[in-house]
Amino acid sequence: MERRVKISYVINLLGVLAVFLLFVLLFESRIFGAATQYIKGICTTACYTIIMVASLNLVVGCMGEFSLGHAGFVSVGAYASAIVSGALTGKGLPDLALFLIALLAGGIAAGITGVLVGIPALRLRGDYLAIVTVAFAEIIRVCFCNFSITGGGKTMSGILKLSDFYWCYWIMAACVAVMYLYIRSRFGRTVKAIREDYIAASAAGINVTYYKVLTFTVAAFFAGVGGGIYAHYMTAMIPTNFNFMYSAELLSEVIIGGIGSLTGSIIGAAFLSSLPEMMRQFSQYRMLAYSVVLIIVMIFKPGGIFGNWEFSLVRILHRAEKKGHEKAEGGVQPWKQLERKSRY
Amino acid sequence: MTFSLFIQSLINGLNQGAIYALIALGYTMVYGIIRMINFAHGDFIMIGSYTLFYTIPLMINAGMPPWLSVFLAIVICAGTGVVVEVVAYKPVRKAGAMSALITALAMSLFLENLAMVLFGAKPRNIQKIFDLPSVSVFGTSLPLNVVLTIGIGIFMMAALQLFIKRTRMGKAMRAVPQDRDASILAGINVNKVITVTFAIGSGLAAVAALMYCAKYPRVTNDMGSMMGLKAFIAAVLGGIGVIPGAMLGGILVGLIEIFVKLFAPGWYEAITYAILIIILLVKPSGILGKNAGEKV
Repeated sequence: MERRVKISYVINLLGVLAVFLLFVLLFESRIFGAATQYIKGICTTACYTIIMVASLNLVVGCMGEFSLGHAGFVSVGAYASAIVSGALTGKGLPDLALFLIALLAGGIAAGITGVLVGIPALRLRGDYLAIVTVAFAEIIRVCFCNFSITGGGKTMSGILKLSDFYWCYWIMAACVAVMYLYIRSRFGRTVKAIREDYIAASAAGINVTYYKVLTFTVAAFFAGVGGGIYAHYMTAMIPTNFNFMYSAELLSEVIIGGIGSLTGSIIGAAFLSSLPEMMRQFSQYRMLAYSVVLIIVMIFKPGGIFGNWEFSLVRILHRAEKKGHEKAEGGVQPWKQLERKSRY
Repeated sequence: MTFSLFIQSLINGLNQGAIYALIALGYTMVYGIIRMINFAHGDFIMIGSYTLFYTIPLMINAGMPPWLSVFLAIVICAGTGVVVEVVAYKPVRKAGAMSALITALAMSLFLENLAMVLFGAKPRNIQKIFDLPSVSVFGTSLPLNVVLTIGIGIFMMAALQLFIKRTRMGKAMRAVPQDRDASILAGINVNKVITVTFAIGSGLAAVAALMYCAKYPRVTNDMGSMMGLKAFIAAVLGGIGVIPGAMLGGILVGLIEIFVKLFAPGWYEAITYAILIIILLVKPSGILGKNAGEKV
């Protein structure tokens, strides 16, 4: 591995750690007083929403296809992880291990569902794919309504409350990091090539179906992990929670944030999921406001607020360093100017 | 299963199917002309139903038959359709299929939530619209409601087919999806054609709302979304863009739903969606549709 890459990993890790320490400082110093627990809860909500929205962005942004059934995968992850954690309770496992195993189980179950749904569905594109993903999500919901292990259409309650904000923060950071690396990897570039022109991509020897199903599965896996956190935060759920509206909500968060921008997804999801908590009395206007914002964004900035721009700590540091150098050396050196010109 | 139960289910299925068919007609109109799934179409039915809810008591007070308020509903729905098209869909038309789909979805969310804010989330009950007797056929009672719904459906289908095939406007409507640029060159005002399409499609939604409310006299703000989706399935099943296909698909979906409900009550929705998936994978152009190759 190049030294530069290693350094950027360290810088990003430090950045994530700094944000984490900031949260710890805020919560442990009891600045919010009695509301600490409540605000921690909102932050946990933001964590799992970020994972779900970012994973949907893999499909919408990276693959350029339209999935309206993401809530289906979320529900598979939520139920699978709840069942696993319920079965493993009292086996002497520490809470964190139990939580991680449950999340992994939820993710794998959702990933398998992703393969099963993706293989037939991804033969279609555009409008028809969107409708078929809705259909699959509805079928999943009907199944959960009829299986006795998932409560048979009634509320499934008594799930352990394992979703602690500090754990969820690191899980969220890890999930987003893996998704970011996936987009930047060989696989992600291939999928982007398919998005730009699938006929040209397949003519260039790319196995279009394989890469599409792979991306869909990765997205489903992370949606499942997000669902697992959701289940262990809410501690009770009913299949109708994961209806078409929930999918539409996730999708609108992706699009408002920015199609293809994980930064946009993170900011969008964190902001939009905590906003309604902050102004509860307006909760019935939430979806109304979402839809109006969505239409306005579509008309004036079709790529979403952040477009495909990504926040980069390394780039900012690099720029600051350069500026510092320039100041110290008294203006731009001639050879640096040359370097800039040679780029064009 | 006894014979009378079979006949009863058949009638129920036909009734349900005729309602789906009426909604599917609107879908297929819009999709056939501008190639866009109008997610908000189901919500036009909701708007039509709320109009009926508020105008039927006025009609009864004025001593007129309640079904006359459907004309007001048609005007309001068509007006909403045109406003939605001009305000939201027209600005994004050039931006591509994805933007159009997202805007349609957003519009659907908007209408649903606006209705919730305006009318509340509580379901409203509509007064009886038709006072028709039942006739006895093969030992079971056949409500004339069903006959009327199917009759209106067939009439609408025939009228639309004639409109599309025989009039100048209809000819323009067939030309626009084939080649938009060429139809501009031929002097067709594409924007006007699309607006008229929306007006007709939304007006059809009001008629569907009347028949729906005659069978299920309950209005809620989210009644449109799932029903719209099922009607879309019906349109795809019959062949989207083909007007008789919408009728056929609607009736098939209605019959399948009612009969599956008879055997496995919890699963009927899943079966409807499974049909959609199979149709799209095996014959995406639907039963009556023609296969169109893809240009490279």
